[in-house]
Amino acid sequence: MGAKYFGAAVRRREDPRFLRGEGRFVDDVTLPGLLHAAFLRSPHAHARVRSIDATRARGMPGVVAVFAHADLGRWMKPLPVFGATPPGLAAAVRFDVRHAAQWALCKDVARHVGEIAAMVVADSRARAEDAAEAIDVAWEPLPAVADMVAASEPGAALVHPEWSTNVAVGFTHGIGDAERALAGADVVLEETFRIQRYVGMPLETRGVVALWDRRDGTLTTWNSTQVSHFVQQGLVGALELPPHKIRVIAPDLGGGFGTKASGYPEDVLVPLAARVLNRPVKWIEDRREHMMAAAHARHQTHTIRLGARRDGTILGLADRIFLDLGAYNVWGIVLPYNTVAHLIGPYRIRDMKVDVKGVVTNKTPNAPYRGAGRPETVFAMDRAVDCLARRLGIDPAEIRRKNYIRPDELPWDFGMPYRDGNPLVYDSGDFPAALEAALDAAGYDAFRREQPTLRARGVWRGIGISGYVEGTAIGPFEGAHVKLDLTGRVQVATGAVNSGQGHETAFAQVAADTLGVPLDWVTVTGGDTAAVPFGVGTFASRSGVTAGNSIADAAREVRGKLVAAAATLLEAAPDDVEIDDGKAFVRGAPGSAVDLGKVVQASIPTFAKPGVAPPDFEASAYHHVPTVTYASAVHVAQVEVDRGTGYVRLLRYVVAHDCGKVINPTIVEGQVHGGVAQGVGGALFEEMAYDSEGQLLTGTLMDYLVPSATDLPPIDTVHLEYPSPRNPLGMKGLGEGGAISPPAAIANAIDDALSPLGVRITETPASPARVLASIETARA
Amino acid sequence: MTSRTIRLDVNGVSRSVTVEPRRTLADVLREELALTGTHVGCEHGVCGACTVLWNGEPVRACLLFAIQLDGASLTTVEGLADGERLHPIQEAFWATHGLQCGFCTPGLLLTAKALLDENPNPDETEIREAISGNLCRCTGYHFIVQAIRAASRLRTST
Repeated sequence: MGAKYFGAAVRRREDPRFLRGEGRFVDDVTLPGLLHAAFLRSPHAHARVRSIDATRARGMPGVVAVFAHADLGRWMKPLPVFGATPPGLAAAVRFDVRHAAQWALCKDVARHVGEIAAMVVADSRARAEDAAEAIDVAWEPLPAVADMVAASEPGAALVHPEWSTNVAVGFTHGIGDAERALAGADVVLEETFRIQRYVGMPLETRGVVALWDRRDGTLTTWNSTQVSHFVQQGLVGALELPPHKIRVIAPDLGGGFGTKASGYPEDVLVPLAARVLNRPVKWIEDRREHMMAAAHARHQTHTIRLGARRDGTILGLADRIFLDLGAYNVWGIVLPYNTVAHLIGPYRIRDMKVDVKGVVTNKTPNAPYRGAGRPETVFAMDRAVDCLARRLGIDPAEIRRKNYIRPDELPWDFGMPYRDGNPLVYDSGDFPAALEAALDAAGYDAFRREQPTLRARGVWRGIGISGYVEGTAIGPFEGAHVKLDLTGRVQVATGAVNSGQGHETAFAQVAADTLGVPLDWVTVTGGDTAAVPFGVGTFASRSGVTAGNSIADAAREVRGKLVAAAATLLEAAPDDVEIDDGKAFVRGAPGSAVDLGKVVQASIPTFAKPGVAPPDFEASAYHHVPTVTYASAVHVAQVEVDRGTGYVRLLRYVVAHDCGKVINPTIVEGQVHGGVAQGVGGALFEEMAYDSEGQLLTGTLMDYLVPSATDLPPIDTVHLEYPSPRNPLGMKGLGEGGAISPPAAIANAIDDALSPLGVRITETPASPARVLASIETARA
Repeated sequence: MTSRTIRLDVNGVSRSVTVEPRRTLADVLREELALTGTHVGCEHGVCGACTVLWNGEPVRACLLFAIQLDGASLTTVEGLADGERLHPIQEAFWATHGLQCGFCTPGLLLTAKALLDENPNPDETEIREAISGNLCRCTGYHFIVQAIRAASRLRTST
């Protein structure tokens, strides 16, 4: 493959339509005779539905139908759950996992605020919403549990009484002998860290449009989802149709971040309404619904013990971890085990043990969000390392230098499985190099020299470090299809959905290089189940690696077919035929060049003769990746703390990262920036807050604080490149990384700024109130 | 509800629409005038995605009822380009990767236009302040700030 485009900072090809306001997001899809759905949702965290009376609602103007569970009983099946334990993992770790049926329309009990009790379909959204307010539900409130640790204890109110416990995922696991290592340590640090509930909050809410075609019994649905093939699978069960009768199209997505990669009631309910009413139906989530019912994320408590020698050599680690899963265990072992698999990160630790409890509470169900367990676990670990360093009187940079795994120690085998069941073995990278690059770019040494002078002037500045090693691009595959039209122009389709990552550009770069055609000959579409029969979707930093390699494989196969046809046409041996810039030619004879369109056309049979080759210039590929590949980074944050108000101003942010081979460096940099911004949100601003009764307190963007341009500094990025040996393109995943380290780096920087006061930040977000409280605690 | 007929000048074209009083400007732009470039992100005036220009001033189309705007002159994202030629601000956003998913982009382009119309050469602090009412969840604003600086240079040099 020539590398004309791979690695080039090509301008994004999808941008002009967005710049002109000509994107097509799900709310821009409109159909003749369209009806609109609205939902009545539980105002209670936990309540029994005694009765639902929709008589008034049904009589209101424009109302076509009102559905409660019993009205659609014929179609109701439990919603899909994700994250089945792979055999390799089940063999190594004994998981105790419980699931309970989650119904699209709540059957008898609502278990979180926002759970759907009824659906109204009317001729306008406003009329549907009016009617939803006129449904009379007799709720019988039940005791609710909101605190994950309290919920795990005996005697707590039960979210799913049939379990007799609220622990939905429980396991212990270890490598080496952590207790012995801790017993032999000079110092054992013990601390509890809490990471709040915060969420992806895509700027476009979710939405579904569905069209039932009675003519041939097919359902077409446009869904603002990152995982069209998963949505299709869910509908296969719900609608009792074969997959080819269900077409799921992900239109332009206004962000996803994992929030749009979960399974949702509306994915099924809107198509069901279209099927039952034989009319197209649209539902666009409003922001309030999004905040109370779209998947939440994060929210863990770690009680960590970290043992070290006096010289700072870390010896062992024990961690007791609680995860708040919300009301349903939708994702099984995914978040709990991700958390464990990323706890050690870049540190040379051979002895670890964990005790993990994923607990259900009467809150919105959690799902993976950009980082998926890693920001939480890295916060706990890197905070603990800084606390240890301070206790030992060692600089935070120095303790990392001492304990980071060196490149000559790779591949580094943990002796335990990754979440996909395959051995957890770091493949490539240079963590100490990333550390030094980040420290250099941040001016670490100069800052350390300047810090005492600043403090003497009453300026409380600090610098904080955090590093991670991230399993990226989880398999098993992504689907891709490549085909040429009559003019030699190229259509690429993949199951990976573009939600802003620049797939239409990056994947065109891969296809154009592999085929030997100009970039503007290639059109890429993602997330249309009619274009690719089997697909997985975009999440877990996987699309570049999985779809990229599948597209390369398929394009290579098509290129082979072109070479064979061109060889016949040019009367040359296939080995002598080359393709470049959209033309096939005999090597050394540029005058022989024919346009690829001509090669395709010469392959079509005519009345006079058959074609030069079968006119079959398409191929599908489902590239299988052996396991994840490990991306890594070190982040350095510089902050200034206002001692009077507790306000933390982020002054500088540096990222030194490795994501293997890069298709498009501009897109890569943008992904890093966006991830960092979301991590900063988690570190300083964002929290989905509930009261002790499970009532959501943050129902608007006035309460839930997404960072704005004045909250963020410029972000410096240093690119390191250690190709992955685990896929032919040498790539690693990138999308999530930026979001992983900011909470730890920023909290470490706040501690550093306030170190003369002995402040310890153990909880995020580090809001002004919390920072002030920490100062007070330290003083007491 | 009694509908009323109002007149709007949108991107230089005079349009007459009959609207229910409860319809927001965003609803009317998107659904009555098929100008779907105005995006609705929060419907409570925080995210800024629905920003349009009303007599050159940025306003939130989700916080205005359309009937309040009878006779108003509006610019939406569809009014920025000159036919096939992108507006310099659009060009700058494209050249500097000032967008990812594209959902917040229309509001940011119009906010940037209002800023540059008033202050052709803003510094970074002024740019960040001016766009602080437009949330972007993808970019971290870094390249958006660069885009607006580049647009400022483009506009002052031409």
